[in-house]
Amino acid sequence: MIGKAIRRVEDDRLLRGQGRYLDDIHPEGAVEVALFRSPHAHARIASIDTSAVLDLPGVVAVVDGRDTEPELEPMVFDIAKIIPPPVQESVDPQVRVHPMPVLPTDRVTYMGQPVVAVVATDRYVAEDALELIDIEFETLPAVVDARAALEPDAPLLEPEWGDNLAMSFAFARGDVEGAFAAADVVIEEEFFSHRQHASPIETRGVLASVDPQDGSLSVWSSTQTPHLLRDFLARWLRMSPHAIRVRAPDVGGSFGVKHSCYPEDLLVPWLARRLGRPVKWVEDRAEHLQAATHGRDHVHRIALAADSDGRILAVRDDALMNTGAFNLLGLVVPYNSFTHLLGPYDVGAFQFSMRVAVTNTGVMAPLRGAGRPEAVFAMERAVDRLARHLGRDPSDVRERNLIRPGQMPYDCGLIYRDGTPQVYDSGDYPALLRRARELVERERFEQDARRVGVGYAIYTEGTGVGPFETANVRIEPTGRVTVATGASSQGQGHRTTLAQIAAETLGVPFESVDVIGGDTAAVSQGFGTLASRTAVVAGNAVAEAATAVRSQALEVAAGLLGAASYELELEDGVIRVRNRAGASMSLAEVAGFLTPFNPGRPRGMAAEIEAGSVFRPGPVTWAAGVHAAVVAVNEATGEVELLRFVVAHDCGRVVNPAIADGQIMGGVVQGIGAALYEELVYNEHGQLVTGSFLDYGLPTANEAPEFVLAHVDAPSPLNPLGIKGLGEGGAIGPPAAIANAVEDALSHLDVVVRRCPLGPSRVRDLIRDAVTTRQLNTVD
Amino acid sequence: MPEVRVTVNGEQYSAEVEPRLLLSDFLRHRISLTGTHVGCEHGICGACTVLLNGEPVRSCLMFAAQADGANLQTIEGLAGTEGKLHPVQQAFHEAHGMQCGFCTPGFVMSVVALLESNPEASDEELMDALSGNLCRCTGYANIVEAAKLARAGMR
Amino acid sequence: MKPARFDYHAPERLDEVLELLADDEHDVRVIAGGQSLVPMMNFRLAVPEVLVDLRRVEGLHQVEIDAGGALEVGAAVTQARVLRDARIKDGWPLLHEGISHIGHPQIRSRGTVCGCLAHHDPHGELPALAVALDAELVVAGPHGRRTIPAEDFFASYYEVALEPGELLVAARFPALAPHTGWGFAEITRRRGDFALVGVACILPPGGEPRLAFFGVGDTPVLVTDPTAISESVAPLDDLHASAQYRREAAVTLGEMVVAQARERSGA
Repeated sequence: MIGKAIRRVEDDRLLRGQGRYLDDIHPEGAVEVALFRSPHAHARIASIDTSAVLDLPGVVAVVDGRDTEPELEPMVFDIAKIIPPPVQESVDPQVRVHPMPVLPTDRVTYMGQPVVAVVATDRYVAEDALELIDIEFETLPAVVDARAALEPDAPLLEPEWGDNLAMSFAFARGDVEGAFAAADVVIEEEFFSHRQHASPIETRGVLASVDPQDGSLSVWSSTQTPHLLRDFLARWLRMSPHAIRVRAPDVGGSFGVKHSCYPEDLLVPWLARRLGRPVKWVEDRAEHLQAATHGRDHVHRIALAADSDGRILAVRDDALMNTGAFNLLGLVVPYNSFTHLLGPYDVGAFQFSMRVAVTNTGVMAPLRGAGRPEAVFAMERAVDRLARHLGRDPSDVRERNLIRPGQMPYDCGLIYRDGTPQVYDSGDYPALLRRARELVERERFEQDARRVGVGYAIYTEGTGVGPFETANVRIEPTGRVTVATGASSQGQGHRTTLAQIAAETLGVPFESVDVIGGDTAAVSQGFGTLASRTAVVAGNAVAEAATAVRSQALEVAAGLLGAASYELELEDGVIRVRNRAGASMSLAEVAGFLTPFNPGRPRGMAAEIEAGSVFRPGPVTWAAGVHAAVVAVNEATGEVELLRFVVAHDCGRVVNPAIADGQIMGGVVQGIGAALYEELVYNEHGQLVTGSFLDYGLPTANEAPEFVLAHVDAPSPLNPLGIKGLGEGGAIGPPAAIANAVEDALSHLDVVVRRCPLGPSRVRDLIRDAVTTRQLNTVD
Repeated sequence: MPEVRVTVNGEQYSAEVEPRLLLSDFLRHRISLTGTHVGCEHGICGACTVLLNGEPVRSCLMFAAQADGANLQTIEGLAGTEGKLHPVQQAFHEAHGMQCGFCTPGFVMSVVALLESNPEASDEELMDALSGNLCRCTGYANIVEAAKLARAGMR
Repeated sequence: MKPARFDYHAPERLDEVLELLADDEHDVRVIAGGQSLVPMMNFRLAVPEVLVDLRRVEGLHQVEIDAGGALEVGAAVTQARVLRDARIKDGWPLLHEGISHIGHPQIRSRGTVCGCLAHHDPHGELPALAVALDAELVVAGPHGRRTIPAEDFFASYYEVALEPGELLVAARFPALAPHTGWGFAEITRRRGDFALVGVACILPPGGEPRLAFFGVGDTPVLVTDPTAISESVAPLDDLHASAQYRREAAVTLGEMVVAQARERSGA
């Protein structure tokens, strides 16, 4: 089962239009919420008058910060506050955590921040009601850019801080200064990863209702982390977690944006309790682009010191990140940039500094890649610049600096975010690069009348991070197997892949396994799906629990069949005694034997064969990949066409090749969006200019390239199944690879690409600037 | 209030609607056909695509009142008697052309619209038919495969 | 994003439409395909109080070629219907080609040729196509009918030469002489997007090219001297492209379509 491209069990009902996404659920009597969101980036709330709102027929309630403040503490997250001591020691991080009000009473600090909530019989009426809110703002100066935010006279997000520096940390190892002094070549450049939006096709949503009989709270949320949401609600609503059930219905994609917890995740359940009826909020796309968390927005000033053969002796990177109006999750994203900067390169001396500024813009959270794409963009662009400076092939320069298989496991000399030493456990980086180079087949494209270019990006990715994931495996009386897990799906096909793992481990037909995820009632503890971890952590949890269930089943069967359990085989749901024909029983029979109605059932056994597991991984396991882009650039019009995109990938043991490749291609196309089409833009007043899909342009099928995918998988030695994560990998390389390819295509002009997206106008600017520089240089 | 008489998946419906009720909301909330999804409400993502008199339209850009007298087909109406999947649906399954499934009904209806009116559609026509639907999960390669597979199956 | 309330009418006769449009106390708008209007209404950027639907109106659904060989497209005729019409592909290939670049199939199933012209987004193909093809816009109003040449129809962004109470009822495209050359090119970031810049070109036999540019100003820009493109266009900087980009690209595309047109004319 494991390793087979089994077709998904999820598909049938979704294809028939019988999916049940958040907005498809509409209990009797449910009312809907519309939010008045701040039109200003920074303003004092002078007055709010909602008296006209309640007069509108169909309006049930209207609340603002004056209503929520007495009952709901401002929101703050443990992950921002908890820093493992080894991390503390290694980089001396300064982290300022500031709580975020559910609804503000004093000031708004970003455009799109929710300020007033209207509840009405339907969304149409609720939006009518928004127009009746009389709210007066006193606008304040806004700061949009991270560098400007750190200037002495910048407007302050948190006056008590005295500045806008939310976080900083720094690290050094080896003799960086000496390496730069002795180097034959020094490359120093500034690279910018622009602001992006995950924009899954389904927006966010929350539906909450209270059981009138026992006060228990039922919450449906399009969330990646139901258990974390439940625990957060329990604390903030001062309820027992047992009185709260959180379920993720079918979720239409997420890529980081549906993390827990937003103000709306708290507000809607609070309203349901207050109003005593089901309350639903479905985000619309305009809200989504403003207020669902953003990603990227980093500047890296990176320098490489190298010898004349292209061997990199030292890397220095000073990074600046814009985290938007709130430092929500602390070190999560910026620390990833630090640990992933050097990637697969063997570099002796390394110096890194990161500063993170708050600004009057949308709040940042992990977006597929979560700090890695930004680091890879800086490093891989710098490597290409080094190669160009030396007049060498960028792939050769990469090759020269790669960690060799013989050096594995490779101690990076850093501490990973979970506090463990960062050690690459397995992987053959030269083989990955070789494979990618083979698959590029540049000659096939050279006939094109346009300028053809090839660019590479190579990265490593820490996957399968803890703290844990849970699984519960149970044999039903029917003989079917139920697998419940804390993992939650937004399209990754867990019901298929985890069933494959359970089926193979347990020895039952794949079709007999049912996987339930994303429900706090199905398994009491869980973490959720994010950070490329589910296959690793949930996968191994499922295997562990399935192994335990298998043992139990064999033990019971051994007694019934009069054999020792080591003589038994369990395959296709049937237990047989080896070498004893006819002696067999089905799992259903074993389960049936255990029914409490059976006076002959063994003493002391539970009613069902069931086992739970909590899988706590050790250090992360390292996936890796090489991306190669082949582009054709029309020098006259600046248009860039992607002719081919190659991915050579190591994700350890693959559970389902079709699903794995689907994840890679999906991530790559998001990366292509970043490289060529997508950008969130604020004007200098902090107004989001790209407020709809007209201006924030996701790629269509026509912009997707020909894909060539290859696997060079090195099983992980760090977990029993040998799996490495892969959910984010596809999104990590494309901006770097495509920028490198465009620069290669225009190498006759010596264009320098410092940022994306490389739309036609920007490409023409690069060409024009390069030509002008050339002309200036030749005139003397 | 305008009255709307529509046939949806072969069944007749008659309802009084507010003029501003979007066709997408009519389908999803008035007659409980939630298979048609809403992704943007400004006519770009295509998740809301249904067939109106055989042509693909964005139901978020129509008022239900405008559909009076029309013959609509939604994703729920595709599978045949005894529930056998339409060749296009089947192709999406076989080609792993879906992940979260949210954009899928819209894509399926766009492909059905093309192939039922033009079973000999060229690759170029296929790409044109797919250009009005957005997917964020799959990276499209398998969706294109699914469309080609469906075309082969329907010839 | 739900629209605000409005009253809705779906009359069957043109005079009823004009009567409704004559109401100067309410904000009355006409809807045909709605592909431009409804998104604006969903964003509440457009909040008409009365919406008059043209779908049942007699006399607006014609696609006819008259005795003189001119093509008349009624107000309610969709872009998809025009694309399916073999007579148009044959007799007005530039129109066919240009319309095939509009958006996506779902847009073209509903969007109308006349609706698009009356809406007038200068980044769109149709206004420029109308100018290139020397179309006439047929307008009905309280004072009867009149025709407006395309060159005089487009005033500014979303503004056309319709007086209050008037309705665009048809677009007429004159017959093209045999061996008329034509060319079309546009630059978009993604397939189906509004063009960054584009051009429609007609080359009458023995004559000079008519180049109608779009995306280079607040109306289509007609250029009859291919060497004077740069000075003739007045593009602005925006989110997607700089004015300089548009100006340069206009020159590049202009050369391209003139070459296409010459080749097609057999000249």
